[in-house]
Amino acid sequence: MTYQPPKDFGTPESKSDEHVTLTIDGQDVSVPAGTSIMRAAAEMGTDIPKLCATDMVNSFGSCRLCLVEIDGRRGTPASCTMPAEEGMVVKTQTERLKKLRRGVMELYISDHPLDCLTCSANGDCELQDQAANVGLRDVRYGYEGDNHLGLETDTSNPYFDFDPSKCIVCSRCVRACDEQQGTLALTIDSRGFASMVSAGTGEDDFFSSECVSCGACVQACPTATLQEKSVKEIGKPDKAVVTTCAYCGVGCSFRAEMRGEELVRMVPHKEGKANRGHSCVKGRFAYGYAHHGERVLNPMIRTSIDQPWQEVTWEEAFAHTASELKRIQAKYGKRSVGGITSSRCTNEETYLVQKLIRQGFGNNNVDTCARVCHSPTGYGLKTTFGTSAGTQDFDSVEETDVILVIGANPTDGHPVFASRMKRRLRGQDGRDPAGLIVVDPRQIDLVKSPNITADHHLQLRPGTNVAVLTAMAHVIVTEGLTDDAFIKERCDGDAFADWAAFVSDARNSPETLEAVTQVPADALRHAARLYATGGNAAIYYGLGVTEHSQGSSTVMAIANLAMATGNIGRRGVGVNPLRGQNNVQGACDMGSFPHELPGYRHISDETTRQQFEAEWGAPLDNQPGLRIPNMLDAAVEGDFKAIYIQGEDILQSDPNTQHVAAGLEAMECVIVHDLFLNETANYAHVFLPGSTFLEKNGTFTNAERRIQPVRKVMEPLNGLEDWQVTQRLAQEMGIDWTYAHPSDIMDEIARLTPTFAGVSFERLDEEGSLQWPVNDAAPDGTPIMHMDAFVRGKGKFVVTDYVPTDEKTGPRFPLYLTTGRILSQYNVGAQTRRTENTRWHEEDVLDIHPHDAEVRGIVDGDWVKLASRVGETTLRANVSERMAPGVVYTTFHHPTTQANVVTTDFSDWATNCPEYKVTAVQVSPSNGPSDWQQRYEDQAEQSRRVGAVTEAAE
Amino acid sequence: MEVLERHIYMANQIARNLQHEPDPPTAAADHIKLFWNARMLDMMYAHLDAGGDGLDAPAREALNQVRAS
Repeated sequence: MTYQPPKDFGTPESKSDEHVTLTIDGQDVSVPAGTSIMRAAAEMGTDIPKLCATDMVNSFGSCRLCLVEIDGRRGTPASCTMPAEEGMVVKTQTERLKKLRRGVMELYISDHPLDCLTCSANGDCELQDQAANVGLRDVRYGYEGDNHLGLETDTSNPYFDFDPSKCIVCSRCVRACDEQQGTLALTIDSRGFASMVSAGTGEDDFFSSECVSCGACVQACPTATLQEKSVKEIGKPDKAVVTTCAYCGVGCSFRAEMRGEELVRMVPHKEGKANRGHSCVKGRFAYGYAHHGERVLNPMIRTSIDQPWQEVTWEEAFAHTASELKRIQAKYGKRSVGGITSSRCTNEETYLVQKLIRQGFGNNNVDTCARVCHSPTGYGLKTTFGTSAGTQDFDSVEETDVILVIGANPTDGHPVFASRMKRRLRGQDGRDPAGLIVVDPRQIDLVKSPNITADHHLQLRPGTNVAVLTAMAHVIVTEGLTDDAFIKERCDGDAFADWAAFVSDARNSPETLEAVTQVPADALRHAARLYATGGNAAIYYGLGVTEHSQGSSTVMAIANLAMATGNIGRRGVGVNPLRGQNNVQGACDMGSFPHELPGYRHISDETTRQQFEAEWGAPLDNQPGLRIPNMLDAAVEGDFKAIYIQGEDILQSDPNTQHVAAGLEAMECVIVHDLFLNETANYAHVFLPGSTFLEKNGTFTNAERRIQPVRKVMEPLNGLEDWQVTQRLAQEMGIDWTYAHPSDIMDEIARLTPTFAGVSFERLDEEGSLQWPVNDAAPDGTPIMHMDAFVRGKGKFVVTDYVPTDEKTGPRFPLYLTTGRILSQYNVGAQTRRTENTRWHEEDVLDIHPHDAEVRGIVDGDWVKLASRVGETTLRANVSERMAPGVVYTTFHHPTTQANVVTTDFSDWATNCPEYKVTAVQVSPSNGPSDWQQRYEDQAEQSRRVGAVTEAAE
Repeated sequence: MEVLERHIYMANQIARNLQHEPDPPTAAADHIKLFWNARMLDMMYAHLDAGGDGLDAPAREALNQVRAS
C-alpha cells in the first residue's frame, strides 16, 4: 500500500434520506439533500480547489478558493457553503473562476514562507497542492510588505509544534477544537491582518492553555502550521495501515502511517465507526513506550526472586517454564497452577491463554483483570437482559435526548466518546441540546464545561449508588412515569410487580434516603422525571458503578430503570458500560472467567463442554476454577504454586497490595509475560517479553461489542507475537497446537461460539468491524441489542435492596477515598508513564476539599499521609472544590503512590470485584514517603537487576 | 481479613443481597454453585462441621444446600 492521505470531501456527509440530482461539469450526480456542491463534486471525483474546508468540520466559506458558477445565478458562490439543489447546473472550472482563484492564491502566498523544499509539510501540504491546482505562477505583490513571516514557533506541546508564520488563518484548527473535540481551547485572536490563531488566553502557549492535545487541530491544519514533531523528525510516511488503538474501551480506529518499519504518526481513521475520525492524546500521540529503553526484549529466568535476572534464549525459556509447570503439577496436583488473561491483549491471545489453562493445565484456574473492573456488568446485565454486554453502538448517542452519566468520567476515561457525547449535549446537530444528569461524588468536567451545564448533578456520598437509583425508581413508579406498554410486552410481569411494590415503599423515597445519599430529595425527583419523560434516555456508566460492595446490584438497578421507562431496544437509549481497557469486553467474551467458556457458557454445561472437549481433544474440568483472590489465598496457604500472567500487573492493579505480594512471594514459579518489568515482575521467576499492538495481528472488542482488526505494522522487537509465545509454551508442554496465524484462532472461536459464528478475519477486512452477535440471524452484526425481545426472553426486574458497605467512616478514618483516572495517563501507567504524557501528570495527587484541608492544616502541594484500616501511603495534596467535603480522590497511575496499599478487602457480593471506590481514610500532613513506599522501592530496585550481581549503589 | 473470615463474610453478603428473592437460601445456593470453586466450598464445609461460627442462618442453609446437591 503506498501512502495516500485520506480522501477529503470538503464538507461533512449529509444524513438526509432525500436525494437531489444536479449537473456538475456536464455530469449528473445524485446526493443526499443538504450535501454541499463541493462534496457532490468530490463524490463524482472532481476536487474543487479549497483551503478552509475539510470534511471533519462544518463549512465556513472564508478562503474564497472554492468558487463555482451556477446557471441562472449571479456571482460566484462558494461551493462549500452552497447546498446542492435539484436541477442545478454547476461549472467548477471557467476562465473567470481560474482568474479569481489565482488572485486569491496569490494573496495567500504573498504572506507565506517559500521554504517548501525544507518545510516539514513538503509533499503533504494543501496550500502547496492548491497553488499547483490553480496554476499560480507569479506573486505580483512581492514579499516586502507587512507580513507574518518572522513569528516564533510555539514548541511547548511535546507532540506537535505551532508555527504561526505558516498560518493562513483558515480557522480549521479552531473549528476542529470546537466541533470535533468540544474543548474550545483555540480562538482567532484580533481582527483583519492582525488575526492570529491563539491557544487559551494571550498569556498562554499551547501547553499551558486548556488544550487537551487530542490532535484534532493538527489533523485539520492544511499547512505545516500545526504539525506532529515526529513528521519533522522523520519525514513523510510512505504507507498507511488501519489498526485499532490499544488504550481505552472506546477502541478508536487509526491509520498507522509508516516509513518502512518506522511509525511516523497515528492519525484517526475517518471510517472508524467507534471514533468517526477523532482521537485523544493517548491514542494519537502516546505510543513512544513501544520503543522505550526499558522494554525487555529477551526472555529471562531466575531461580528465586532475590537473585538477578539471567537472559536466556526463547528455547531455554520455554523448556524451563514448561518443565517447572510440569514439576509443580506433579508435586502439588493439577489445580496448583493457573493463569490470568489480559484485557490489553487481543481476543486471540486471550483465547489461547484460557485454552492453555483449561486444555493444557487441565483446570479452570483462569481469571482476568476484568474481575477488578467490569465483572459486575457481566453478572448484572446477564441477569436482567440475558447477555453480558452493553446494548448500543456509540452512534446511538446522536439520537439521545437525555444522557444519564453515573460513576463515569468520560472526558478523562473515554475522551473520544466524551467528545461525541458533548456534541449532542451542545446541540451541534441543529437540535435542542440533550439533557444531562450526572451522578458522581465529584464535580467531573462534564458537570460544567464550555457550553455544557448538567441539568442535575447528584453529588452522592460514595457507596450509595443503589440508594440513589432505587429512589429514582421510587419517583418513576409512584408518579406513574413507567412505560406500561413496554413492560407488559417485553418484561416478566410478576418480577415487575414485586419490584414496583418494593421501590414504592416509603423507605425508598428520595426524602427518606436523603439521609443516606446526601442527595437533596427535590433534585433527585427532578432528575428522575427528566430521565423518565425527556424522550430517548440513555445511561452511560463506568467503574464508579461496578467497583463497590453492591456493584452488581447497581448494574441491575440501572437495567431496572431502563426497562421501567422503555429505554431499551432502539437507537438513542440503552444501558452502556464504558469499558476501561481496550479489550475488556473481548477478554470476558473469550472465556477468561473461571466459571465459563467462551461466549458466557457455564463450565458445568455438559453440551457446551463436550463441544470444546471434542475440538480440543482433552477432557475439561467441570467445576469453576479459582478467581484471582482465591489464587492468592491458596498460594499463601501453600497449595497454589505457579501462575502465568499475560499483560497484567496485579501487584499494582489489584486490591490490598501487601496480600498480593504475599501470595506471589509464596509461589514457586511466577511467569510474567509483558512489555516491561512491571511491579508484578518483582516477584517473577520467568519473564517472557511481550509485543506491542503495533507488532502483531489480532482483534480487539470495544465497549460497543465491536470487533476490530489489530494489524501488524512492524516486526516484533522481541521476535515473537504474544499468541506465538503462548503457542510455543503450549507446544513445549506437549500440546498439539498448530496455528499459523491469529485468523486460525478466530476461526476456531467462531466454530465454538454461537455469537461469533459469522466472524472471520476476511469478513473483518471487508467490513472494517463487526458488532457481535454475528451469526445467521444477524449476518452483519448487531449495533443495537434486544430490539424485539430480550436475549433472555422477558426482561427481568430485580429487587436491589440497598445494603450499606461495611467500610464505614468513623473518628479514626473520617473521610471517604474514591479513585479514578486522568486524561493523560492510562490504568497503571505502564505505557503512558513511558511517554511525554507524564508532563501533564507527573505523579498521583490527593484531591481534597478546602474545608477538609484547612482543618488539617494542609495547603495545596503539601505532602500528606493517606491512611486506611489496611495501610498507608503518602502523596501530595491538591486542594480542590470539585470534591464534596468529606470525600478525597486520587488516581492510581504511578507505582510509587501505591493507592491500592490503602484499599480494602471488601468486594462486590456477586462477583468479588473489589470495592475500590469506597475506602474510609484519614489524611494528615507528612514529611515524605512512608516506610512501606521506601521498602517497596528498595525491593523493586533489587528485583529488577539483570545479569551478574552488581555492587549496591552508594 | 483472614481467608476463612472473608469467605464467611462473602457467603453472608450473598445471602443478604438475595434476601428478596422468592426462596432466598436456594437463590444463594444457586449463586454459590455457579461461582464458587471446590477449594472455597471445602473450606466452608469444614467450617460448617466445626460449628459454622459467623454464618448467618440463610447463608448456612445455602451452604448446606450446596453440599447436599
